[in-house]
Amino acid sequence: MAPLGRAALLLSFGLVVYALVAGSLAAWQRKRRLAVSAQNALIASLGSTIVAAGVLWAALARSDFSFAYVADHISRHVPLGYRLSAFWGGQEGSLLLWLLILSGYAALAVWLNRRTRELIAWVVPVLAGVATFFTFMLCFVSSPFDVQPAPADGAGMVPSLQNPYMLAHPPLLYLGYVGLTIPFAFAMGALLAKRTDERWIVLTRRWTLSAWTFLGVGQLLGAHWAYVEIGWGGYYAWDPVENAALMPWLAATAFLHSVMIQEKRGMLKVWNMVLVGLAFLLSLFGTFLTRSGVINSIHSFSQSPIGGWFLGFIVICTVFTVGLIYLRLPLLRARTRLESLVSREATFLYNNLLLVAFCLTILWGVMYPLLSQAVKGEARSVSKPYYNFFLHSFGLPLLLLMGIGPLVAWRRASVRALGKTFLVPLAAAVVTGGVLIGAGFGSSLPGLLAYTFAAFVGASILLEFWRGTRAAGSLVRLVSRNRRRYGGYLVHAAVLMLAIGIAGSSAYQTVRERGLQPGQSLEIAGYSLTYESIGATKGANSVNTRAVVDVTRGGSHLATLHPGKNFYPVAPGGPQTSNEVSIYHDPRSLGDVFVIADQIDKNGTLYLKALVKPLVNLIWAAGFLFVFGSLVALWPDAVEQRRLAERYAAVPA
Amino acid sequence: MTLALVLGALLALGAVVFVARPFLREPAPPSDRLDEPGELERRRLELVEERDRALAALKELEFDHRTGKVTDTDYREQIGPLRRRAAAALRALEPRAEARHERIASRR
Repeated sequence: MAPLGRAALLLSFGLVVYALVAGSLAAWQRKRRLAVSAQNALIASLGSTIVAAGVLWAALARSDFSFAYVADHISRHVPLGYRLSAFWGGQEGSLLLWLLILSGYAALAVWLNRRTRELIAWVVPVLAGVATFFTFMLCFVSSPFDVQPAPADGAGMVPSLQNPYMLAHPPLLYLGYVGLTIPFAFAMGALLAKRTDERWIVLTRRWTLSAWTFLGVGQLLGAHWAYVEIGWGGYYAWDPVENAALMPWLAATAFLHSVMIQEKRGMLKVWNMVLVGLAFLLSLFGTFLTRSGVINSIHSFSQSPIGGWFLGFIVICTVFTVGLIYLRLPLLRARTRLESLVSREATFLYNNLLLVAFCLTILWGVMYPLLSQAVKGEARSVSKPYYNFFLHSFGLPLLLLMGIGPLVAWRRASVRALGKTFLVPLAAAVVTGGVLIGAGFGSSLPGLLAYTFAAFVGASILLEFWRGTRAAGSLVRLVSRNRRRYGGYLVHAAVLMLAIGIAGSSAYQTVRERGLQPGQSLEIAGYSLTYESIGATKGANSVNTRAVVDVTRGGSHLATLHPGKNFYPVAPGGPQTSNEVSIYHDPRSLGDVFVIADQIDKNGTLYLKALVKPLVNLIWAAGFLFVFGSLVALWPDAVEQRRLAERYAAVPA
Repeated sequence: MTLALVLGALLALGAVVFVARPFLREPAPPSDRLDEPGELERRRLELVEERDRALAALKELEFDHRTGKVTDTDYREQIGPLRRRAAAALRALEPRAEARHERIASRR
């Protein structure tokens, strides 16, 4: 079926090139039927891309090793779920996933907005331009449908990818990365159409929020995957590819805040265009980093031919975006100005500056090995202290601003009003800081500051809900009438939980390691870990060795853990061994006892490494609140829908 | 191989028909121009957005006042200019009403 896959991709290529050329011509010359025809071409490309994706999935499911991609990424003994997930486990497949999601999003966006003809006429060529690049890559540079004489078995799958998180983490990340194309396309479409109104913002509000949510959840799942699978005891290592997902998320976070100022005050039109462009370009850059192999990362594939193409496309998109914004500057000038530096919009501006500064320092850190290689001929990378320094420098003020923003009124706030609204959160922060210092938690200044600021933010959010409920009469009425605001506060609460979890599990973690014979124990942070025995079992495509470790505290048995190692005889590049950690979630401390079998000697000696990570489970719990808050903000508001429909009813879009 | 070719051809045929549909359904439409807002319509849209912003600002101020973020003094200082801005935006959208208002004012 490889020829069908190739034919479907070629058809997609033809359709999106047509959508690009005919769509541009139609928008330029104001030809209605040609514009609709270009829209149809973009929608039709979804059908052909689905067929191409279906062919690859079928080949993976059937272990059809006549497909070079299938032979390179799985073996017969890899379970079906993981065989299907190999779709995004390799370069060609993940490019196809990009295209599949882009086609789906583009078709949906065009179909939903088909009545907004003037704007969508310009959006179609932008979307088609991006799709043209990906179909070109898949047809002519990096095809998943290359065939070969079928070998007896495939090369197998990287052990770390054989994890349930791999079924969800990459697709969610891609739903986020690719989703940022939609607001970008509408923003550029509005500029091309010389539209200075806010229609493009209204049309893409939910797209941006959805993409941002997917990207956030995708990263959190990735962090959890790293935590339970990679086996070093952490969840984020400032790996270039992790950073590549964080950067567009930060830019999109800044955009989600600054766009509110444009909606409420008609300001920051240029800045919003810059941010929406930056978020999209960084999502392309993230894909480039993951797929080109230019930077060493646990996520990267080997050196591939796509790096230069990607770089060229990023340069074209950057020139297009910057050039278009520059050309339309006269149309984007704001008529209103910031009334006061102490106002809600000013706090949003500070938040934007910090987010973008943080994003750019991460970008610098990611680019540094490439730049140092180009300038000095030696690739030097920046390490954890660099990123941690900027996390503390920008992250802590951002955390504090999250609490200050909701307390400050729009336009301007007086000292009188601030004194009144800040009283409770400030008191909460001072009491928390004092109690923590008294309890001996002053050993880590960033940790202490994080908890003190967290108390301020937590009190501020609670106060907002309490005062709002009193003013509105009930919590349900309050939230249902202000979904975006209170959904946003719930997301803030999730970020707060995340910050508390990160601070607790990094600033106050305990680590111990020791070689143990059966019957011996390791003591750590009040827990006693006793090594009982060791054994091996046979998995679907691996031999799994597991130690039995009893966890007790104060003489009470809490859990039995099974850290060990899996040996995969068939894996890409030869046999591989993976660390399989075992974790006890302590409900009392909301933390984990994280146990790694660092080394298992033939004489039965187990080199055990244990980490106690207080509050780490708040990080994962934050994910649920994050999704809930996003859903509240995303949920359609009938009153607002009617108002917007009335606003745009009389004007062709 | 043959099945793949047949399926590919059917897919291509379906796509071509779908893409050509606007021309097949309307071979000679009365007008093939894409709608485009004129200068007046664009100005009207700007005014409607300005009106919505002004009304939303009033609503925000009321809410901030009720929740204690804006003191009584600040509220009294800010409510007047915001009301005038909202009224101006509403008047700008009703040229005839504005003309009537001006006529009445001139009679006084």
